[in-house]
Amino acid sequence: MAHQLEKRVLLEHAEDAALRTLEGYRRLAGGYATQERAYRELEQDEVLKELEDSGLRGRGGAGFSMGKKASFLPRGDMAKYLCCNADESEPGAFKDRELMQRNPHQLIEGIAIAALAADAGHAFIFIRGEYDEQADILDVAVAEAYEAGYLGTNILGCHRDLELVVHRGAGAYICGEETALLDALEGKRGNPRLKPPFPAVQGLYGGPTLINNVETLSNVPHIVRHGAEWFKGFGTEQSPGTKVVSISGGVRRPGNYEIELGIPTRELIYGLAGGPEEGHEIKAFFPGGSSSPVLTAEEGLDLPYSFEAMAEAGSMLGSGSIIVADDRVSIPHLALRTARFYHHESCGKCVPCREGTNWTVKMLERMVRGEATPMDLDIVSSVQQNIIGHCLCVLGDSMAMPVGAMVRKFREEFEEVMADPELVLDPHAVVRGAPETLGAST
Amino acid sequence: MSPVDGPGAVNPNLPVDPAVREGRVPGRAEEEVPELHEVNCPEELRERIETLMGRYPDRRSASIPALWAVQERYGWCTPEGIRQAAAVMRVTPAYLESVASFYDLLHTKPVGSHRIEVCTNISCWMRGADRLLDAFKEAAGDDDETFFVTGFECLGACDIAPMASIDQRYYGPLEAAEAGVAIDQLRAGDEVLPEKALAKRGLAGDS
Repeated sequence: MAHQLEKRVLLEHAEDAALRTLEGYRRLAGGYATQERAYRELEQDEVLKELEDSGLRGRGGAGFSMGKKASFLPRGDMAKYLCCNADESEPGAFKDRELMQRNPHQLIEGIAIAALAADAGHAFIFIRGEYDEQADILDVAVAEAYEAGYLGTNILGCHRDLELVVHRGAGAYICGEETALLDALEGKRGNPRLKPPFPAVQGLYGGPTLINNVETLSNVPHIVRHGAEWFKGFGTEQSPGTKVVSISGGVRRPGNYEIELGIPTRELIYGLAGGPEEGHEIKAFFPGGSSSPVLTAEEGLDLPYSFEAMAEAGSMLGSGSIIVADDRVSIPHLALRTARFYHHESCGKCVPCREGTNWTVKMLERMVRGEATPMDLDIVSSVQQNIIGHCLCVLGDSMAMPVGAMVRKFREEFEEVMADPELVLDPHAVVRGAPETLGAST
Repeated sequence: MSPVDGPGAVNPNLPVDPAVREGRVPGRAEEEVPELHEVNCPEELRERIETLMGRYPDRRSASIPALWAVQERYGWCTPEGIRQAAAVMRVTPAYLESVASFYDLLHTKPVGSHRIEVCTNISCWMRGADRLLDAFKEAAGDDDETFFVTGFECLGACDIAPMASIDQRYYGPLEAAEAGVAIDQLRAGDEVLPEKALAKRGLAGDS
């Protein structure tokens, strides 16, 4: 039984392994009935209007209106494409993995309906190479959908064609950025492109392309089935719908929980994920993956978990992934671990990101080794300021925002580490000066 | 002193590409697309790559899948394998090398047949990932070349932190002591840590 705070729409029946098969998806969830109705009875504009009216916001990180994005695609006879972004690589995010593993057909049906809205004839699921198990599941599900006539040529006798290819990446965080994803899908190194032109106008192979996240597309069958009004009945005015939230780090029950947007963050972290371990308090948390500026417990716990409330607090909902750091976690070490990730994943195309991530890591390493000078803290801050907004894509910003926030909000902790020449600090440490880590989960 | 540190940055003994001294001369030393009869490509690999190319509107889209196929066949992206794929795809080997070297899961150097990636990102790090990585390295040993153990950036499984991907399947949460168990199971050809496989976990909210 799901917890009373959960509201399962996308994860409904997900505990049943049969849902993964086409037969199970039809039987348990009434699967593909919505695609059939949309293909037989609805026009492109009707589907688009339903999606726009629902107010569904992209679940990949930016939170842009999905219907609006789809409406930006030009009309005409040119080849148009739909890409499902399944390159989930944001530290802290693992919701798309769960959705694809447990309910692959929901995603395929969502893609088929979204392809109608975008008038796309070719669709791709770009899944990160590490998710081999989930890609295998998708391969089987796609084959089943072809077999049953939900994909392919002349689908359901409606004179519509849709080819769907599961494309495995090979390990690069940057491919989750939509234009880097397009380059990777075209068979190149995954470097971001200069925007504009935006993918909606000129994307894959130069054609108009709609790119949406797994969770966004998984919402589509439900919206078209029950209508925009039904969807808006969940969540808040600016953040309608339910959201699968990944909670991890210093909590007792890490995992994916589907909730109505707008419930108090405290309920999510304590009620659903069990809160921090016995005898510990929350020090800070990332509300939307490692790219979101950290919030202290005082700032963040009593905010509603919604796009607008997180933005007002100077952070973001992002992909909806909460990483909790309890009172033991050393923030300078956390900053170093965060910066290292972006340094490793920077594609190297833009100087502020390539050099900025590199020098941030070097300076943070100096700090936790006790080799920094007092001015280094200000230099780190100014480096972050000089990255934000100065790169082709947001990878650099994604390091600069959380690291900048950590230095700003926990300055004393950094100063303590830097001021103590006696303290020889282990750069691997989680808890300052101790070999301890947070307890293993069960 | 050069602002670039590291050996070789100012080393006058290193060969300099003539293009640096004389500028790029069109047509000179241009790499050519190898012909199929020159590369001795196994029939099976050729067919596989051709099928992959057929799935995309543009054949070059098959470069990552083709490199996966090469890696599966030879254990890593060998220079010969890359030449073979290049001949089938009608692209230069350098093009495929540039792709292979960009991605963390494609190996341009020999690696062991069992690949163990231990996530060392934030959530796993907090729960002891560094110790787990050390335990895997120790259990695999330095001499046994069948194992390739490496730390890895976020694998998207923070719910089972600390975790590892063993031969492309996820396991967690792992105790450091389980690293040795997993390595022994791999050596014996047994199923790896069956009770820790991600595939067997229920939904978090149901437990």
